[in-house]
Amino acid sequence: MTTLTRTLKGMPPTAVFGVAIITIYVLVAIFAPMLAPYSERAVVGGQYLQWSAEHWLGTDNLGRDMLSRLIFGARNTLAIAFFATALAFAIGTVAGLLAATLGGMVDQALSRFVDIIMAVPGLIFILLLLTIFGTGVGTLIAVIAILDSTRVFRLARAVALGIVAMDFVEAARVRGEGLLWIMRREILPNAAAPLVAEFGMRFCFVFLTIASLSFLGLGIQPPLADWGSMVRENATLITFGDITPLLPAAAIALITVAVNFVVDWILHKVSGIKD
Amino acid sequence: MISDSSNAPLLTIRGLRIEGKAQDAWTPIVKGVDLTVKRGEVFGLIGESGAGKSTIGLAAMGFVRDGCRFAGGSVLFDGIELIGAPRKVRLGMRSSRIAYVAQSAAASFNPAFRLIDQHGEFPVLRGLMTRAEAEANAIELYRKLQLPNPDEIGFRYPHQVSGGQLQRAMTAMAMACRPDLIIFDEPTTALDVTTQIEVLSAIRDAVQSLGTAAIYVSHDLAVVAQMADKIMVLRNGETVEEAPTRTMLSSPRHDYTKSLWAVRSFRAPSRPDAEPPPPLVRIESVDAAYGAVKVLSDVSFVLPKGRTVAVVGESGSGKSTLAKVLMGLLPAKAGCVELAGKTLPPSYRERTKADLRQVQMIYQMADTALNPRQRVREIVGRPISFYLGLKGKALEARTRQLLQDMELDPDIYIDRLPSELSGGQKQRVGIARALAADPQLVICDEVTSSLDQLVAESVLKLLVRLQRERDLTYMFITHDLATVRAIADEVVVMKEGKVVEKGPKDEMFRPPHHPYTGLLLSSVPEMDPDWLTRLTAKNTMAVNT
Repeated sequence: MTTLTRTLKGMPPTAVFGVAIITIYVLVAIFAPMLAPYSERAVVGGQYLQWSAEHWLGTDNLGRDMLSRLIFGARNTLAIAFFATALAFAIGTVAGLLAATLGGMVDQALSRFVDIIMAVPGLIFILLLLTIFGTGVGTLIAVIAILDSTRVFRLARAVALGIVAMDFVEAARVRGEGLLWIMRREILPNAAAPLVAEFGMRFCFVFLTIASLSFLGLGIQPPLADWGSMVRENATLITFGDITPLLPAAAIALITVAVNFVVDWILHKVSGIKD
Repeated sequence: MISDSSNAPLLTIRGLRIEGKAQDAWTPIVKGVDLTVKRGEVFGLIGESGAGKSTIGLAAMGFVRDGCRFAGGSVLFDGIELIGAPRKVRLGMRSSRIAYVAQSAAASFNPAFRLIDQHGEFPVLRGLMTRAEAEANAIELYRKLQLPNPDEIGFRYPHQVSGGQLQRAMTAMAMACRPDLIIFDEPTTALDVTTQIEVLSAIRDAVQSLGTAAIYVSHDLAVVAQMADKIMVLRNGETVEEAPTRTMLSSPRHDYTKSLWAVRSFRAPSRPDAEPPPPLVRIESVDAAYGAVKVLSDVSFVLPKGRTVAVVGESGSGKSTLAKVLMGLLPAKAGCVELAGKTLPPSYRERTKADLRQVQMIYQMADTALNPRQRVREIVGRPISFYLGLKGKALEARTRQLLQDMELDPDIYIDRLPSELSGGQKQRVGIARALAADPQLVICDEVTSSLDQLVAESVLKLLVRLQRERDLTYMFITHDLATVRAIADEVVVMKEGKVVEKGPKDEMFRPPHHPYTGLLLSSVPEMDPDWLTRLTAKNTMAVNT
């Protein structure tokens, strides 16, 4: 494990900060039921209570504990964002590598199909699909993943096109290797670096998409807590000089910054293959 | 009459030390080199890659590459210290007093501007010439460098002229301000032999007639011998020896220099054939094309079993395309390829695993031929498990045995990534991968051309030994006739997609030749400082009569 310690030693402070924040978020998400003083859906007091020893961050518009909802919100928002991004990458990478490796008609068909999806403004596209299929968590993940996979597809295809032209891919082809081997063993490891970096970026965007959808009332449905809708529900408090509704927004901002710090660092690490 | 000043040194480098940053530590690249260039003298720098010759070439202008730094010594150009001189002073020297000609002219010209505009760019910018003067200057120099149509060629874009012409246009650009010193960094390495001659003689004549001093950097001894008055041999950033060209060629003192000289004399031991070996591969009237562009027409020859057939030609002659046809990557439009009496399907997709196993290829650029993310174990082991179905211990043992055969210690190398190998080692892994399939025919595509001479020789020796041990048949694609001389049994000469001559090696190197073969043969630089002079004299005579 010397490589791990060496990697950690060379980490810039921004990356350490990013990793620390992400770790904290993940821990909070996993241990939410133990950490939160109340349930996310229980009405525990009056509406819009001030910060107090009993309710550290006060209560929301329905009298639910803000802190508890913030903690449970990490769970819902992070999990959905993670699975949506992962699914988007699974779809986009496989399709992108297929298009690059096979070329010809397959490439044309996939690329033009993706062009068509991308021609429709993203948010409108999502709203449309969510209106048709309803707003369950599963649908939400699937719809966001499909939309995001188009961008992943473009990146994966572009990166893979450069690798497909290499002699070692040619060597694998004339050896008689199957498509799966060529994609998985010859191309993917060499395309991994930009894809990993893109994963971090897309993760942030998915996050923002969910937040904006929740803000519009189409994202994660009540009574599940999520940061986007928490801002919306309690937005009126801002007019009274209370910063509580800004806390979930700050939580989103912080994870976005943290993920980007880590992505930045990964990009630096992998830009030279030799390292 | 020669004045005193012409004997004073133009460039004096003393105790030059340059360091480069590797893994966060400064490591020496040039370790205390001294050299002196007099006015009008051509100074040759020779060494293998990594010897520091290009670094010294740049240092003569007071520059170091990014990630490098001067660690000591001095570079005195005409009494001006360049190390530590302000950027402005060094820039002022550039082009007007010191100029640089890079290896790849194609990468150095801006593709969006005409040659003549780029020629005048610097002097016009600095106010040394007007635009009209710069154009007249360019045309004069184009004429001096024997470019065709000197009045018009400058008005073309870089992609509209050939590589050799581009290299000469770049030399003309370097000479625009009549500098005192020009640094040539491998100016002909990327060119074909026949083109190389034109460029070499043009550069030499121009340098001589203008009395310019030059530093000529190259790894090719025979080329430097034509150009330089004095040669310095470098190794690992240190001077091995320095002597006037003739002395250096006739009596090298140092063992390393002698070994460089000896490389070209390697010959595979000849095998007297009791009876000629049966043919393994029969190529019959093969035509091939990329889209509408025909690249091969009516190519036929035979590869005898256990022998080496060298396919020779310049770039664009179709020799690499022929390899693609044999591999099935570019299906032939007409004709067929027969292996051991069986006709191979034109496309590799239709060939059986057993067919594919029989024909393996070793690539020119080991860097792109090996997957940078796979370890040697997987690169070499995969064909073994794929074709022969070996697994676990048997696979491991076979992989180690192969590496052993390649003279690579398996304990050290089996778990390395390609980036952790030297150029020669990478090529050995490439050979191991090809032989792992236990093939009958191995296509070697310029396998030694990106290697240093000593390394190339060791790879050739390895290939010859493996051929004897395993009765392999080689199709050896190369543009280097020295390599052909070293290992071929038979030679096929190609030009513009056609076979112009074929036969046993000894016959090919003995006259009478096909005119094109003769041209190729006469274009290979010899280790004789008078070779170029003789050749150009002969060519001029031939033109005049």
